[in-house]
Amino acid sequence: MKETRGDRAFTVFNYIFLAIVALVVLYPLIFVLSASLSNPEYVLSGDMWLWPKEFTVEAYEKVFQNKDIINGFINTLKYTFFGTLLNIVMTICAAYPLSRRELKGKGVIMAFMVFTMFFSGGLIPTYLLIRDLGMINTFWVMIIPNAVAVWNIIIMRTFFQSIPHELEESATIDGAGHFRILWSVVLPLSMPVMAVMVLFYAVGHWNSYFQALIYLQDQSKFPLQLILRQILIQGQVDDMIKSTSESLLSQKLSIEGLKYAVLIVANLPMLMLYPFLQKYFVKGVMIGSLKG
Amino acid sequence: MTLANKPTLEESSAKETKISNKKQREKKNHWAEWKKSLRKNWELYLLLVPVILYFVVFHYYPLYGLQIAFKDFIATKGIADSPWVGFKHFERFFDSYYFWRLIKNTVGIGVFTLLVAFPVPIIIALLLNEVKSLRYKKFVQTVIYAPHFLSTVVVVGMLLLFLKPDGMINQVIMLFGGNPIDFITEPAWFKSIYVLSDVWQTMGWSSIIYIAALAAVDPAQHEAAMIDGASKFKRIIHINIPAIMPTIVILFILNMGSVMAVGFEKVFLMQNDLNISTSDVISTFVYRSGILEAQYSFSAAVGLFNSIINFVLLIMVNKIAKKVSDTSLW
Repeated sequence: MKETRGDRAFTVFNYIFLAIVALVVLYPLIFVLSASLSNPEYVLSGDMWLWPKEFTVEAYEKVFQNKDIINGFINTLKYTFFGTLLNIVMTICAAYPLSRRELKGKGVIMAFMVFTMFFSGGLIPTYLLIRDLGMINTFWVMIIPNAVAVWNIIIMRTFFQSIPHELEESATIDGAGHFRILWSVVLPLSMPVMAVMVLFYAVGHWNSYFQALIYLQDQSKFPLQLILRQILIQGQVDDMIKSTSESLLSQKLSIEGLKYAVLIVANLPMLMLYPFLQKYFVKGVMIGSLKG
Repeated sequence: MTLANKPTLEESSAKETKISNKKQREKKNHWAEWKKSLRKNWELYLLLVPVILYFVVFHYYPLYGLQIAFKDFIATKGIADSPWVGFKHFERFFDSYYFWRLIKNTVGIGVFTLLVAFPVPIIIALLLNEVKSLRYKKFVQTVIYAPHFLSTVVVVGMLLLFLKPDGMINQVIMLFGGNPIDFITEPAWFKSIYVLSDVWQTMGWSSIIYIAALAAVDPAQHEAAMIDGASKFKRIIHINIPAIMPTIVILFILNMGSVMAVGFEKVFLMQNDLNISTSDVISTFVYRSGILEAQYSFSAAVGLFNSIINFVLLIMVNKIAKKVSDTSLW
């Protein structure tokens, strides 16, 4: 069918509009990357606006010399790894039984979980609980209070339900129990949804700062995001730069460069994995949206 | 096999009288059946144990702990033995001078976010759906999803760098001969910065769900409309939008339920002593008075007040949506 002139105009407008949207989203990200690789002088004066000017990796050297940042990075890796592991195990523990027809009381258990999505005790009762459990300022507080997310249980359960029931039946006839079916039939078929879950949970752990802000006291246990907050938002960078015998102006410049570099370092793992993971996470949202 | 067949046989031949008979028998057998299922499927129940335990401890126990909002919490006495004081803490909150400021800021930011950040992803999805070039579509999607994965700290960090008096935005303003604005400390700017950066970060990701809904639209409908001479724009209005209406309604209800639950994380990071008159919301207030000043009962009351309003909003919007569009959460 031939396009009318109005349709063509619409198409042209559409392509241009979306290009502008993409540009608006992309530009700040490119700016940060370029700024981190430029001489800070040009960033401050506004002469650097797209590509790095006077290319330098000095800011990155400062970042990697900083003990707090390195330590925060390691802590975050630890919290993310063990937190995600616990998340996945717990999500499977919940999703597999709920996906089985023979489980009685499914509706009640589901309602019991979903209710917590809409009504919670809130900050203070939760804080008092964590305190009474003696979890304040421990490693565990970063992973246990968020052991599983209801929404992800729903996504995984929906996926498990889509696995052909005949496969499980034939395994039962061969004498397999539920554990065996889960381990040898369901999980090997669930790698796409596992990838999605790992991604969702891991990004959550990597980016979280609130938990740490409330429950952690020792700087040595802080995740990267809290260190970032100190540097980017509270401006506590003085000690990092002081050691060098620079003039006041060049100190200010170093701090400026360091801030941009630290933004990039904080997102490095994500930036590297993003292109490979994209098809998985879009799929994950789709599974979630099919049955809300 | 015979056991499994029995109920279905009965069902198929059952008259109404028989059904009531069956119900009675079922009741009697209820416990026996339960036991049998437990014995046969114990592995399933075992898997659920840690999960149930987790929800009881970390989600339901805090609900029990909410009673401190009606008590004067004394740490040595614990939650159960602290004395009841009725609505004392609620009254103190309602009478305080910052009450209206908090409500105004919380509702203001929530509604502003809903008005701007809710429709944008729908428009993006409708437009992306019209893009024929797969490569172009994929490129745009890849770009606009990306900010979703940035942490709040990083996003606020970027905002501070861009918006400070000698930052990027002000350099552009000065280029055109304007005077630099100190966006970060200017109370009047707080809401706009909050909402617009929110749109920037979430529009792509939020559009995914609509894109999925649009993919399910029957192409035959479009073909029929095209034969009738409908333009692209008309087809979007009359075919695509009605097709994704249920999704829109569901998401609107969910968003409505959180209008007053303005996220702590970003507001807290953007807040400073100078913009606090417009940036102080209920959740940051709860954090300050509860965690920092240790007024547990008082801030638990404030938090409870907030979640009740959210819950009521959710139920109300759900009810209205059910009446108007036949779509609802439950």
